[in-house]
Amino acid sequence: MKTMFQKIWERHEVVPETADTPAVLYIDLHLVHEVTSPQAFTMLRAQQLRVRRPELTLATMDHSTPTRTAQVFGGAPITVESAAQQIGELEKNCAQYGVELFDLRHRLRGIVHIVGPELGLTQPGKTVVCGDSHTSTHGAFGALAFGIGTTEVAHVLATQCLLQRRAKTFAISVGGRLAAGVTAKDLILAIIGRTGVGGGTGHVLEYRGEAVRALDMEQRMTVCNMSIEAGARAGLIAPDDTTFEYLAGRPCAPSGSAWDDAVAGWRSLGSDPGAVFDRELALDGSALEPMITYGTNPGMVMPISGTIPSQPDDLEFGKALAYMGFEAGAPIRNQPVNVVFLGSCTNGRLSDLRAAASVLRGHRVARGVQLLVVPGSQQVKAAAEAEGLDRVFIEAGGEWRESGCSMCIGMNGDNVGAGQVSVSTSNRNFEGRQGRGARTLLASPLTAAASAVRGQVTDPRELLNG
Amino acid sequence: MEPIRQFRARTVAMPQANIDTDQIIPARFLRTTVRAGLGEKLFADWRYAADGAPRPEFALNQAAAAGCEVLVAGRNFGCGSSREHAPWALLDYGFRAVISTEIADIFRSNSLKNGLLPIVVDETSAAWLLANPGCELLVDLEGSHVLLPGGRAVPFQIERFARYCLLNGVDELGYLRSQEAAIARYERRNQA
Ligand code: SF4
Repeated sequence: MKTMFQKIWERHEVVPETADTPAVLYIDLHLVHEVTSPQAFTMLRAQQLRVRRPELTLATMDHSTPTRTAQVFGGAPITVESAAQQIGELEKNCAQYGVELFDLRHRLRGIVHIVGPELGLTQPGKTVVCGDSHTSTHGAFGALAFGIGTTEVAHVLATQCLLQRRAKTFAISVGGRLAAGVTAKDLILAIIGRTGVGGGTGHVLEYRGEAVRALDMEQRMTVCNMSIEAGARAGLIAPDDTTFEYLAGRPCAPSGSAWDDAVAGWRSLGSDPGAVFDRELALDGSALEPMITYGTNPGMVMPISGTIPSQPDDLEFGKALAYMGFEAGAPIRNQPVNVVFLGSCTNGRLSDLRAAASVLRGHRVARGVQLLVVPGSQQVKAAAEAEGLDRVFIEAGGEWRESGCSMCIGMNGDNVGAGQVSVSTSNRNFEGRQGRGARTLLASPLTAAASAVRGQVTDPRELLNG
Repeated sequence: MEPIRQFRARTVAMPQANIDTDQIIPARFLRTTVRAGLGEKLFADWRYAADGAPRPEFALNQAAAAGCEVLVAGRNFGCGSSREHAPWALLDYGFRAVISTEIADIFRSNSLKNGLLPIVVDETSAAWLLANPGCELLVDLEGSHVLLPGGRAVPFQIERFARYCLLNGVDELGYLRSQEAAIARYERRNQA
């Protein structure tokens, strides 16, 4: 009786681990972006090594790329000089080493964790790595996917392998069904609220149970995306018909008889009944309400109808509230909001934009609020425009941009100002994450859109119910 | 990499828990294509005011912190992003080890690859170290312990292979490349 993690692990052991040496683990898919790769290519160059399997490697640019159309497609220079340099470096490296690159103007470019799945490159049972901690996103397909550092990027480029110790396993079972207005984002925020930001350290999380099975693939990606925010490098969801339907017909998915063989194999990938996990946690999905963070790490999270908790003896807790400008005991609802950011690898997919648009349609953004909408990829952008979502955002008073990480990390010039409060669909509310002094509240696209309309933290159910 | 066996160093303390890599090195400094120079930006938003002036209350800006090479931090140090710029910045600043009761996975692995020792100790020892900043320690990788000023040895564990590489100055990539025959065999077997 094996867990899904064990099955994938064992299939990728080139050399099993011993007490003295970690396993040599084979990597099926290596995703590369402009921020964590330049120094890795420098290491290859210094040792005169080649990229061993360029065809298993795909590069895109997302973190520091501009989102203004004129800066992407010409007409205006990229304002952030160092970002332009980094983009140029990736182009040079990919050309020299024969790695396929979705460059700035490519129609398939986008956030690395959105691009892999939408091409059908991310598949059940694969090992997937990237120099980015949110590589955990790909676990939604039943792939063992985790973030690595730049030295490890060089290791994978040079050998297609990594040195790894086997992780522990942690089953998170969510019963029931999520209520209307409660999304996958609320579910994962609630889970992190339970585990804490270090609770998953050393573990691979496996999400299971009725509420997880009921999620579509984009929602499953939202859940697995934030596994790292619980301290876990990877999250997994067993592949099922929902997974296969999503993958069928995608450009890099198997086709014909290879598809049937693949699906047959994928069906047996899930954890065996009775498989033993190192840790387990169960929660009732039907009891959840929309969640929102109030502090400076994703574990500082609360139900939207609640009051900001109080921990009078905890100095750090007090410091976090002071940074946020919040007072213990106050409701989070109706707190004023300056900026709303819709996007990121957590919530920048088509269904996220649809959800936000469903709230914004026929409304205008409150006076003084900036609404920035950044699709997760150029494909998401095109699909959203084909169904008129861009019009909804623009008519509501929002800005509609080219794809990228943008305000999730504030590397491309899209920042939240000091002291400003942002309701963001991204994944990190660390101090300064969206700009120096920025105050970030993490929430679902529904909650973010509702808060844009009111200019205050708003329970989306108030607007959804008319 | 230079072998690391043991060294004496003084500590500086940052008792806060969950210090994330966005604090260690804010994202706007990741738009670089080299490693050098990151030490200046270490903890930039805590270390400097918006106008660039050092904030006197911040631990690293105090006179006693000058020359300290061991950072003692609250639980779950290094959580968040996978940016290897975090250990690069700490090393470039002059740190050689970080001590905490818990160190985040990717940060730990990145640190080991660069010769920054991620040292996890028990609660009691960590509390003592946080309460006594500036003390001189003997960090002994060979003996897998830290010697406190009173002579008490606090044991720590570092994954065995990483420890071997650090002690002998061995490059992990060299080891991986020595597995070429096994990798090629795996690829043939799996048509990978
Ligand atoms: S959207 Fe944010 S979290 Fe996702 S890859 Fe980009 S910077 Fe990282």
